Parts: sequence; structure tokens; C-alpha cells
Amino acid sequence: MQRKTFLKALLATAALATMPLSAVAQDTIKIGEINHYKRLAAFAEPYKKGIELALEEANAAGGVLGKQLEFIFRDDQGEPGEAVKIAEELMTREGAVMLTGTILSNVGLAISSYAGEKGYVYLASEPLADSLVWAAGNKYTFRLRASTFMQAAMLAEAAAKTDAKRFATIAPNYAYGKDAVAAFKENLLKLKPDAEFVAEQWPALFKIDAGAEVQALERAKPDAIYNVTFGPDLAKFVREGGDRGLFEGRGVYGLLSGEPEYIDPLGDEAPEGWTVTGYPWYDLNDGPGGDFVSAYQTRWDDYPRIGSLVGYMTVQSIVAALEKAGSTETEAIRDAFEDLGVSTPVGDITFRSSDHQSTMGAYVGTTALRDGRGVMVDWDYKEGANYLPSAEEVAKLRPAD
Amino acid sequence: MTVVLETKGLTKSFGGLVAVDDVSFQLHKGELLALIGPNGAGKSTCFNMLMGQLKPTAGEVFLQGENVTGLTPRRIWRKGVGRTFQITSTYASMTVIENVQMALLSHNGEVFRFLSFAHKRYREEAMALLDMVGMAEQAERHCAVLAYGDLKRMELAIALAHDPALLLMDEPTAGMAPKERVALMQLTSDIVADRGVSVLFTEHDMDVVFSHAHRIMVLNRGALIAEGTAADIRNSELVQEVYLGGGTLFSAEEDAHA
Amino acid sequence: MELFVAQIITGLANASSLFLVACGLSLIFGVTRIVNFAHGSLYMLGAYIGYSLMQVLPGAFGFWGAILLAGIAVGLVGVLVEMLVLRPVYRAPELFQLVATFGVILVVQDLALIIWGPEDLLGPRAPGLRGVYRIMGEPIPKYDIVLLLITPFIALALWYLIARTRLGVLVRAATQDREMVGALGVNQAWLFTGVFALGSALAGLGGALQLPKGGADLLMDFNILAPVFVVVVIGGMGSLPGAYLAAIIISVLNVFGVTYLPQSTLVLMFVVMIVVLMIRPYGLFGREEVAGEHGQVGEPELPIKPASPNVRMIVAAGLIILALLPLYGSSFSQVLATDILIFCLFAASLHFLLGLGGLVSFGHAAYYGGGAYVAALLVTHADSPMELAFLLAPLGAGLAALAIGWVCLRLTGVYFAMLTLAFAQLLWSLVFQWGDVTGGDDGLVNLWPADWLNDTTVYFYFTLLFAVGGILMLRHVAHSPFGYALRAARDSQRQAESTGIDTRRVQLLAFGFAGLMGGLAGALFVFSKGSVFPNELEIARSFDALIVVFLGGVKTLAGGVVGGAFFKGVEDILTRFEYWRLVMGFLIIFVVILAPEGIAGSMRKLVRRLQSSKTGGSQ
Repeated sequence: MQRKTFLKALLATAALATMPLSAVAQDTIKIGEINHYKRLAAFAEPYKKGIELALEEANAAGGVLGKQLEFIFRDDQGEPGEAVKIAEELMTREGAVMLTGTILSNVGLAISSYAGEKGYVYLASEPLADSLVWAAGNKYTFRLRASTFMQAAMLAEAAAKTDAKRFATIAPNYAYGKDAVAAFKENLLKLKPDAEFVAEQWPALFKIDAGAEVQALERAKPDAIYNVTFGPDLAKFVREGGDRGLFEGRGVYGLLSGEPEYIDPLGDEAPEGWTVTGYPWYDLNDGPGGDFVSAYQTRWDDYPRIGSLVGYMTVQSIVAALEKAGSTETEAIRDAFEDLGVSTPVGDITFRSSDHQSTMGAYVGTTALRDGRGVMVDWDYKEGANYLPSAEEVAKLRPAD
Repeated sequence: MTVVLETKGLTKSFGGLVAVDDVSFQLHKGELLALIGPNGAGKSTCFNMLMGQLKPTAGEVFLQGENVTGLTPRRIWRKGVGRTFQITSTYASMTVIENVQMALLSHNGEVFRFLSFAHKRYREEAMALLDMVGMAEQAERHCAVLAYGDLKRMELAIALAHDPALLLMDEPTAGMAPKERVALMQLTSDIVADRGVSVLFTEHDMDVVFSHAHRIMVLNRGALIAEGTAADIRNSELVQEVYLGGGTLFSAEEDAHA
Repeated sequence: MELFVAQIITGLANASSLFLVACGLSLIFGVTRIVNFAHGSLYMLGAYIGYSLMQVLPGAFGFWGAILLAGIAVGLVGVLVEMLVLRPVYRAPELFQLVATFGVILVVQDLALIIWGPEDLLGPRAPGLRGVYRIMGEPIPKYDIVLLLITPFIALALWYLIARTRLGVLVRAATQDREMVGALGVNQAWLFTGVFALGSALAGLGGALQLPKGGADLLMDFNILAPVFVVVVIGGMGSLPGAYLAAIIISVLNVFGVTYLPQSTLVLMFVVMIVVLMIRPYGLFGREEVAGEHGQVGEPELPIKPASPNVRMIVAAGLIILALLPLYGSSFSQVLATDILIFCLFAASLHFLLGLGGLVSFGHAAYYGGGAYVAALLVTHADSPMELAFLLAPLGAGLAALAIGWVCLRLTGVYFAMLTLAFAQLLWSLVFQWGDVTGGDDGLVNLWPADWLNDTTVYFYFTLLFAVGGILMLRHVAHSPFGYALRAARDSQRQAESTGIDTRRVQLLAFGFAGLMGGLAGALFVFSKGSVFPNELEIARSFDALIVVFLGGVKTLAGGVVGGAFFKGVEDILTRFEYWRLVMGFLIIFVVILAPEGIAGSMRKLVRRLQSSKTGGSQ
């Protein structure tokens, strides 16, 4: 008897899965967008709004290849296995022509691996892992956002300009944190061979014991600190570190710490004087960057986060690729992405054919308090291309196709 | 007569407390031997040492001449000792016959078989055992719904599954109605007679003891104080003393137990 | 020396919230025997509610008032949860309630998102307590000192409540023997509600008190759960002094771990837990668990029978329909069916342990993920052919299960469950940490089936063969002498041992066998996805399986499979909607209340009732 119910359930699901989904003719081009909308809502929501804004603009301007562009948003719960299943559904059942999305690197890597095997184009929008385009790179995966390596290199460059010799690092104990520390070390030692790393702290992600971490860092008496923690960990670290005087007289380099997603929740307790990568939307008043900010604010009655920018640029990149391809065939789109140039709010970027990484850069500046909130001042936009290894070097990093 | 079970100087102390003190006795083939004594006399401790649940502090246990002191319950069972518990201990999720089959599977070394269907193994043997205890009609019933007396009989069938030379029964009639008690002990005596199995049992119900035991041992404060036939024990002043500090043994015992 | 003192103080301050949350959980478990997975959610609610109150209430009075009110508010939420969700299922099988609390987690997650939005909230500072005191020259935040001082007072107040009041007497009595409280004529239902409310309030208080050290965010419910369970287990389930001591031990050790072994942050507390349980199997102040002593065993299970010819026909027909899926279904439907089949095998392997063996493993993902990683590592590092890796994976998982089982089977009940969880977590952190070999959380990618299998339809058949084969084998073993012996060991270990059955060996072998089957599911998974990440070893994965087995019905043979198919199917549909967690949470709670014996169990009951009313029989 029990077995019967199991089968019924299975059949019901199967029936649902086999139902013809849309009787609507293909008058839209569909893009499958997979993300952790619930698990990381604070990041995914601005990202989605950026996409929607760009979509509206693109479709108002006549769409792509004479058709409207449509995104199908699906939640993967932050699970790589789920994401792969959804990828298959989007491509084979929903009629998506390519895939994009994800913030978490592991989910991005899972989709990338699957896309590479099945021959689906995947534009990894936000995941930062270096391996996505290097060690685990493949023919069908492209990445938009400036990677961990690039952003760490920008901070290393800034750190190398100071007199600091003794460095301490604090990074969440997982792949992103480790990559970020390794990249910072590599680039710093290149520019400043006598730099020393006197402490490495590895709190568990989102389980930081901030008081203890601060004590441990203080004990090493570093000249400068490189911070990779983010989210609730960053808030706790900043509080304990500020209270206990850890940051006094020390240079602090914060990866991503200037992004609104991370600095805004700190309110008036945002750290001052840190050198960070981030997104100073508040100072972008004109040019393509300023246009995006004001369009976004008009549309959503909210200010853009870095995710909004990436979402917006994701759509721009896809539109550009489709137009260049002149078709929605996978191979055509894939070919189009190689050396694809896109005009974006941060300027012109290119998807390098050597490693499929875009040359989107990042803003580097110093944190300060303005009207009770943390902002970046004295910032500079750093071209991503200047912080990427050469084509020959990445050829060695990537597996043979 | 052949000696089936023999203890020599069996002693168990818990810290400073001596629960069983230098107990030596013999049990012969085909004999129904009762071990009685007031609460806390050390009957259960004694039993648990015989069955391997407890290791004696001193002394030895011999089973058909073989020293089995300190062996685990499993090993002792394999040497041909069956046991029933004061509070029935059965497999509540199985049918009556499956309970017996389980013991038969264990006896035949089939516990670690993955391929055969357990409920098809040793059905006839199990049925024969159930028939012997008068439970054949209930073989397919779920054992969780059985009446207590039936459970006891089923347990007896399980204890006899590996054709033991010795049966240890801890208060076999506890918790049963008087009529059922007599029936169960009658059944046990019949089996002893038929199969030549020896039985050591503890019991509170003196009617049961005096009407069925061939021989009776009395334990008090861990030591054996008397041994003999029903008549011997009934007339022993020492036993009277121990149980009641005088007075009649039987009615009071009944009351205490009601 | 100065640093040492400062570190101790930091550790003691950190222990504060941990203790409050843990003692609430311990209290609830001690009295109601509910393993409250939703305790982290209550803690999160405390933080959010406290935050909101602090926005409206001014000054120092407002700050401390807000903390108190947050505790009370969460206590009221606890009352609601207890009365609406848990009370209807007290009579269900042991541990079944944890499924209901899992539903509560999902509901609270979405509600918090709706009410407070997605952004992390920075906790307000305690008025007048910004900055540091200097103790022997070391800076110590003022609020740390306050926490350090408050906690013993709360602990004392609790102790007074438990040791000196009538409620306390009842609580203690109930912790010892629930039946007795009932016999004393005390309304057990209200006692449970009261205790649940108190435990919840403590969690809420803990959440609000930590605001000045951090804030409120949507991930804090799960993040606190593991440490809190560790504390409760180390202290001894149900023991308040135990929880206090354990919270301090864990917090202080953690501070030293951070300083002297910075990489240890992932594993330290689990290692401590394993060590403590090895030395004191029931925690520092715990008492031996006797299965069923708290009257939560429910009615005994029904005897099992091999499927009747009719059922076999139906199953065969169903399998044929399933096997024909590629003829009428889309490519995606085959992928979905593959996923569901794999999950069903995983759930069935846990069900074998849980249902037949009564061995509640909280760490079954260790074998599923373990199998997946064995296969992945062989392919990645040994260039092993996929077929070989696929065959070796279950063996590796089975061996791991034997090793872990060998240690864990020294314990019983909830302690056994927690130890299995700790080992799973150790394995997880090993994989997570050892990046050079396992890729850390960037996982291992590009793991595809051999060419002849590398096609959606072919792989679907491959999965069908192994998953259905595995499930049928698990089912067959249930009817074999070994399966009977496993049930015998569960039903009455005493009887089994005294009829010559080596119950420990039986259980150990069952553990290995279930691990083997879990590993098979993991191996199928790897090659269907082409990659593997530590997610497959996570606590969440173990819980998935656990929930599914309970939802399906522990006491039915098909429970794991039915639950797996139901859960995966529903999940696939629901995640398409915005607030799917809310719906999923309510659905789980609904199923729990409506079908306390699980889906398969309640179905069977229904069928029996229909049959008996048809035939008019009394059976």
C-alpha cells in the first residue's frame, strides 16, 4: 500500500514536469537566472532590481534581435545540487537560451561545471572565486564581476605604497577567504618583498568570535591589517576592534568593505580611514555611472548597491552578446562573448577571450563618515585589465579545452 | 544423578555490600529447583551471575562440568541455558511465532544472513514449540496485543527454542492471576518431565513453590540458610523466622504480594 | 598574564548568550523531551524584536526594558508554538516533534524577512556602555563586563526558580519521570506550555542581550544552533548547571583556540564534545537515557510482511511506468526523477537505521556526502575510471560508517544522535578545511559519468537501476534474519542478548550497511551533477533526510521512500514561488499534525479503517 503512494507522488511530479509549459510562441528570448533569493536576500534583491531596470530599458528600446528579452528567476536555496537541476530545467524545459546568476562561488562553480559539460552558456555574474575562470574554467563559462584576485591585487597595490611591514590578515575560514588572503600576499610580496605576515586569523564564516579575534590580532602587533570578513562578521569585528583600539595607528585594508551591502548596515559605526574596494554611488553624478544611479533611484526609490550595478551590467552584457551573435544559438552566443566589448556604467569592459573574465574593475578608496553613514572618499576606479594576469599566464592556469 | 549446574562459593559484593555470600549448590538433571527468599535476599543478583549479566566477585559456576564463570549472556545461552525474565521481554513489533523463530535463527547461527526470508525459517520447529506451550492458535498474532499470561507462555517457548539443558526462570508467575500461575507451573513441570530439562526458578508465590518444586533453597541476606524438600522448608523454624519473624509463612506472603 | 586574564574575560562574556539559549533548550528537552530545532529561530526573533523595541524605547531604561520585553514576547511566541504545533503531536513517536519544529524554522525565516527586511541590522549600543574598561592594561569592552555580571544572576534566578518554587519542583519531577507528574494530578499540558514558554523566553533574552555585540540577521538562527546543541549535550541534556559550565568551557576554549590555533574555529567545539562524551557518555551533569522511559514510545509497531502479490503487481506496474518516462517525459523530467530517486535511496538508507534499528542518526549526510567525496576524490586525484569510483564510493562510505558507528554505539538515545552529528561535522570540516585535496568549499568539479553513461536518459536508467535496486535490497534485508535481529535488538536488547544475538554487532553492521547505501546514493548524486561541494556533508543535509523519514513515517517500511518522494516533489514545485519557505513550513506543520504517524503510516491506518468498515470485521 505504502509503495503505491510513493509512486503516485512520483508520477504526480513527473506529470507536472512533463506538462507543456507555454503554449505561447517564442516571441521572447529567455534567460535563465539562478540565485539564492532567499538565502542571501540582502544581496540578491538589489541585484534583481538592477536586472529588472536594465530589462525594462532594453525592451523599451526594442528588445534584442527584434524580440523582447525575458529573465526567468529561480531560487536554488543556495544549494549547488539544486542549482544544477534548475539549470537543466531552464535550458531544456523553459526554453532559456543561456544561464546567468549566483552570488555564492560554490553554486557558481556547480553551474559552470554543468554548463561546460552540457554546452550551455553561463555568465557568472557575481561569484568571485578565481577558479571559476582559471583552475576550473571552461569553454562555456564567462564571468562579469572583478574577481577576488583582482580586488585583492588593488588593495595590495595600495598597501605596498605605505611603510607598513608587518601585516596581519583576518578572513573567513572558507575558499573565498583563503583565495583573498593568498592573492593579497602574492601581490603584496611582488611589490614589497620584505613584507611580513605576522598573524593569520580564520574565523568561521558568520560565527566570528570577534573579541577573541581582536585580541589575537593585537597580540601580533601588526603595522597593518588586511580584512576579508563581511556581513555580520564585519559588524562584530568593527565593533570589537574599535572598542579595543585595534585599528588605532594601523592601516586597514578591507576587501569589499566599502560596498554598500557591507558598509551600510554599520551605520555611524562604519570604520574610518580603511582602504577598501567598494561602490561610491553617492559620488557618481554624471557620465554613464551617474546616469545609472539616477535611473535606478527613479525606478526603485532606493539607491543602488554593488549588486544592482552587477545585475544591470549582466543584462547589458547579455544584450551585447546576443546582438553580436545575431542568433540565440548556444555556439553563436558563446563565440560572441569572446572579446565582447560592452559599454557599461563603469565604462567599457571586455570579456577576455583568454580566460573569459571581464575587465570590469572596482572602486578603491578610503572610508569616512558622512551624515552618519560610512562612505568612500578619495576613491579611484581601477581598470580591471591592469590587475589581471596576461593571456599567457592564464593559459597555464586554465585546463586545456 | 548428573549435575547440570553447580556453583562453588559464588559471591558478589557491590562496594562494601555483600549481595550474594558464598553460595554453593547443585542442580541435577530433570530437577525443578526453587530459590526463594525475602525481598533483597540476593535472588536476582544470584540469577544474574548465573546468566552472565553480572560477573561474580568470587566463586565459580559450572555448567555440566564446564566452568562458565564470567561468560557473557550470549555465550552462556549458547552452552544450553534458557531464561525467562521477571518482566517479560519480548519483541513487541513481531508476531508470536516470529518471536520464537528469532531465537531459532540465533540458535542456528543465521543472524547475519541477509538473503533468506526470516519468517519462512524454522516455522515448523517454532510451531511445535508454541504447540507445546499451548500457543499454536495464537502464532500469527501480534505479540503486543497478547494477554500477560500468554506472553509468559510465549517466553517459555522462546527459552526452550535451543533445547536447553537448563532453564533459569526469574519469578515466572509474577504479575499473573492465581489460576494462570498454577497452569504455567504445571506446564513447566510437564516440560521438565518430558524433556528432562532442569529448571532453577525464583518465586514469591509459595503455593507455586511448594506444589511444584522438587527441592527448595532459601536465600537470606545473600547466604543460603536452608535447603530441602517442601516439607523440610515448611517446617524449618529458621525460615519462618527469616520471612516473618514468626507467624505463618504463606498467608502473609500472599498479602505482601497482593 | 594580562592577555590571559583578558582572554578569560572575553570567553566568559561570550558564554553569556550561549548559556541563555542553551539552558532554554536544555530545560525544554528535559521536561518535554522535544528536541527543539526551532530554538535558534526563537533566539533570532529575540534579537529582531529587541532591535525594534530599542528603536522606540528611549534611554537606558528603554534599552534594558526592550531586552526584557523581547524575552517576554518570544516567550509568548513559544506559547503559541507549543499550543498550536507541538501539543497535537505529543503522542507521536519519539523525536517526531523535531519535524514540527523544523516547520517552525521555515515559517519564522520568511516572516522575519517579511517584517524586518533582508538587510543585516546593527545592534544598538547599550547606553552609557560604549568603550572599554582597562583591566590590567588590557581593554575590555564595558558591555562584556556587564554581560559577565548579568549571567550569573540570571543563572541564580533560574536556579531559585527550579530549586525553590513549586513550578521548579514539578519541572524537576518531570525531568526525572514524566509519568509521575501526571500521576500527581498536575495538568501536564500546562506544565509543558509553561516550560516551553520559559525556554523560549530565555532564547529571546539571549538574542536581545547579544545585540550590542553584533546585531540581527537572517542567518543567525542556524548559526547558533550547532553551538547551542553542543553546549546542551556537553552539559548533559536537561541540566542547567551543566549548560552553564559547558557554555563557559566552549567559549573560553574557543578564545584560546582563536589565538593559538586560528584554523581550529570550525571543529574545536565538536572535538570537545566528542572527547567529553567519550569520557562521560551522558555529558558532564547528565543522566543515563533509558529509551522510552518518558512514555513517548507510542504504540508498538506492527509486524512487517513482505509485499503481497497485489502490492508487488502495483509496484511493478509503477516501476514500468517510471521506466517508460523517457518515452513520454521531457529531458528535465528525467533529471528531476533522477534527483528524486537518489534522494529516496538516501532517505531509505537512513530509515533502515531509524525505523528498523531505532538508531537515530543525526549525521547521516556523512555517508551520503562521504560516498560522493570518495567517488569525486578517486576521479580527481587517482584518475580512476568512473565505474570503479562509483563502485568504491559505497564501500568507502560503508567503512566510514563502521568506524563512526563503532564509536557512537557506545551511547544511546539523544546522546547517540548528537555524537553521530558531531562526527558528521568533523568529516564536513575536514573536507571544508583541506582545500588542497578536497577543493574546500569550492568543491570538486568536472566529474562526469563514463561516456557510455553520459546522457540524461542513460543516466536516468542507471540511477533507476541502482536506486530502486538499493531500496529493494534495503527492504529485502528488513525481512531477512539480519533485519529481524536488528528489530529484535531495538525491541528488547535484553532478550536478544540472552538468546545469543550479539546486538552491538548487529547494530554496527546495520550502521555500516546503511552507510553503504547512503554512499551509493552519494555516488549516484556526484555523477548526475558533475560536481560535489561540502554542502552534501552539511548538518542541513542530514536534517533533510531526517525530516523526510519522519514525514514519511518511521514505523512503516516505505516511510523513507514515501517521504523522500513527497518532500523532493513538493520542494521542486514550491521553490518556484516567492515565499516558498513559509508555505513549506506550514505544509510540514500541517502534515505533522494531520498525520502524526507520517504519511505512509497514516495512509496505512486509513486504508485499514476503510477495509475493516467494508468487511465489517473487527480487525
